[in-house]
Amino acid sequence: MWWRFRRHKLAMVGSVVVLLFYGVVLFADFFAYAAPTASEAQRSLLPPQPLHWLDGGFRPHVYGFSGRRDPVTLKRVYTPDPAKKIPVRFFARGFEYRLLGLIPADRHLVGVEGAAAEETLFLLGTDEQGRDLWSRLMYGTRTSLTIGLLGVTISLVLGVLLGGVSGFCGGGFDTVIQRVIEILRSIPTIPLWLGLAAALPSSWTVGQVYFAITLIISLIGWTELARVVRGRFLSLREEEFVMAAELAGSSQARIILTHLVPSFSSHIIAATTLALPAMIISETSLSFLGLGLRPPAVSWGVLLQQAQNVQALAISPWLLTPAIPVIVVILAFNFMGDGLRDAADPYGH
Amino acid sequence: MLAYLARRLALAVLTIWAITVLSFVIIKLPPGDYITSYIAQMSASGGFVSEAEVQALRREYGLDQPGYVQYLRWMTMVLHGRFGVALEWKRPVSEVIGDRLWLTMVVSVAAIVVTWALAMPIGIYSAVRQYSTGDYVATFVGFIGLAVPSFMLALILLYLGFKYFNASIGGLFSDRYAEAPWTLAKVWDLARHLPLPTLILGFAGTAQLVRIMRANLLDELGKPYVVTARARGLSEWRVILKYPVRVALNPFASTIGYLLPYIVSGSIIVSLVLGLPTVGPLLLRALIAQDMFLAGTIVLLLGVLTVVGTFLSDLLLLWIDPRIRLEGKQ
Repeated sequence: MWWRFRRHKLAMVGSVVVLLFYGVVLFADFFAYAAPTASEAQRSLLPPQPLHWLDGGFRPHVYGFSGRRDPVTLKRVYTPDPAKKIPVRFFARGFEYRLLGLIPADRHLVGVEGAAAEETLFLLGTDEQGRDLWSRLMYGTRTSLTIGLLGVTISLVLGVLLGGVSGFCGGGFDTVIQRVIEILRSIPTIPLWLGLAAALPSSWTVGQVYFAITLIISLIGWTELARVVRGRFLSLREEEFVMAAELAGSSQARIILTHLVPSFSSHIIAATTLALPAMIISETSLSFLGLGLRPPAVSWGVLLQQAQNVQALAISPWLLTPAIPVIVVILAFNFMGDGLRDAADPYGH
Repeated sequence: MLAYLARRLALAVLTIWAITVLSFVIIKLPPGDYITSYIAQMSASGGFVSEAEVQALRREYGLDQPGYVQYLRWMTMVLHGRFGVALEWKRPVSEVIGDRLWLTMVVSVAAIVVTWALAMPIGIYSAVRQYSTGDYVATFVGFIGLAVPSFMLALILLYLGFKYFNASIGGLFSDRYAEAPWTLAKVWDLARHLPLPTLILGFAGTAQLVRIMRANLLDELGKPYVVTARARGLSEWRVILKYPVRVALNPFASTIGYLLPYIVSGSIIVSLVLGLPTVGPLLLRALIAQDMFLAGTIVLLLGVLTVVGTFLSDLLLLWIDPRIRLEGKQ
């Protein structure tokens, strides 16, 4: 299967991108250079600072800026100051964190020489509260992608369990589960999610809301996986090796776990990969509407919430940047999933 | 055919029942009940609710009864067309929702029509001219369509529209028609504003359908009967449109059942970004204000209308595809 997958170029590119993103998930603190909550009204809605690479040799730097309030529009205006060069260094020291939650560290991918990066460096600009968008994007990636992964895991357990029962036992079970799936799929999901999400008590902590949202998303997400698993069960049940195992006296559980599941695990992996983007979009949509994760949690949806209306977009278009990783990661997952599916089932199409 | 119809109808009824239960759960889920919200609302606006009044209200809404009795009472109310009072507006829910529900449906159905109208020719073209520049462009745009959630597409277009045309592209009506009663001119105004939101809503679905259509048609085009038709001297367009396209169209029609819920769902969030006067923004406000009667009713009506729409599309499928019509006779 691996060899067939390797031949699929787009899928390989997709997988590399996905791996990179999960690298960010693991080392978000390293890639960020400012704490996600570090805010400062004095630098609200600062536009991105372009990074200059050369200054008589390889010396990456950004320009300093001076901000003042426009007397007519009352909006803060920033002018870059080319005389004030802020040297940018790689692997510089910054705020302290724990690598992977264990190892104390203070190195970051980028930093500023001789000054705190939080105060001077804003590669992607800042939001209304003056928080650095790049750093928040890194932390948002961590939240959004782990929610996707967790949600898909719950869906997978539900899908394999219910789809397996449905396909293997058939009969009444099958009918009931199939009807439930059909009903769930014919209800518009967003209103339903919104209703459920809005009912979460506002006193809940960030962690509780996180798990609740994940659960709400996966309540719908399992149907597609269950369909795939059931389909595989139905076709495999008739195979000779299953009958052979039955005649040899294997128990049902043994047949399912040691004979059936391994023979369609590749399909499940493919279906799971294809289900992940939907999870990520769901979380992003819910948070975007303000009913998903709530600040101080940072996720792509929470970040995009600030770009919700034309006025905000017109003044500060850089608030739309979190849309880019969403699109890229969804494309990557789709390519990877397509490749996996083709590799798992070369005659499937 | 009758058996098929009966099965679909039974399923639709079952689904509607499931939706009523879910909507009721949504109404009941937040802590407190309608009366506590009502009291809070009244005291916030300086009013006063006496203890006797509270008791009377509780009895009227049956809040002192167990859950299933409350559900039955609520259902009876709903069946009589009474959906309760929207707290924030202090008007009946049905009045607050008004035209918005129909506009939601108009936008969603229009999006499906656009999806079909675009996906069919593009899919056919992509399959017939496989690996041509047009095919690559279609595939590329299709991938973008799969990857960009509709609300993000709306945001991006909103920004581009503002930046390059200095015009707001949102809304469903021009200002002077927004509050006007329905006239032919207003309908025309609506029709002029529809294309953009429907395109945004239909984009992802179109991308998906183009891929399905292309794959199906490619399978069909390689079959011997196509060669036969060609050998018989039928013109190329006739060969393609008359037979393989018809066969390839079948999954097309059967996916509509999943397309409608998907698009209705998307319309909620796109409406918010584009400022469309559909139930979307209303639902969101109701949920944030914990105005659960309004929110539950919207979820209920949207769900029911979607199921009805899906059922109608099943009838359409029955009419298109003879194989389903014959299924019951075997």
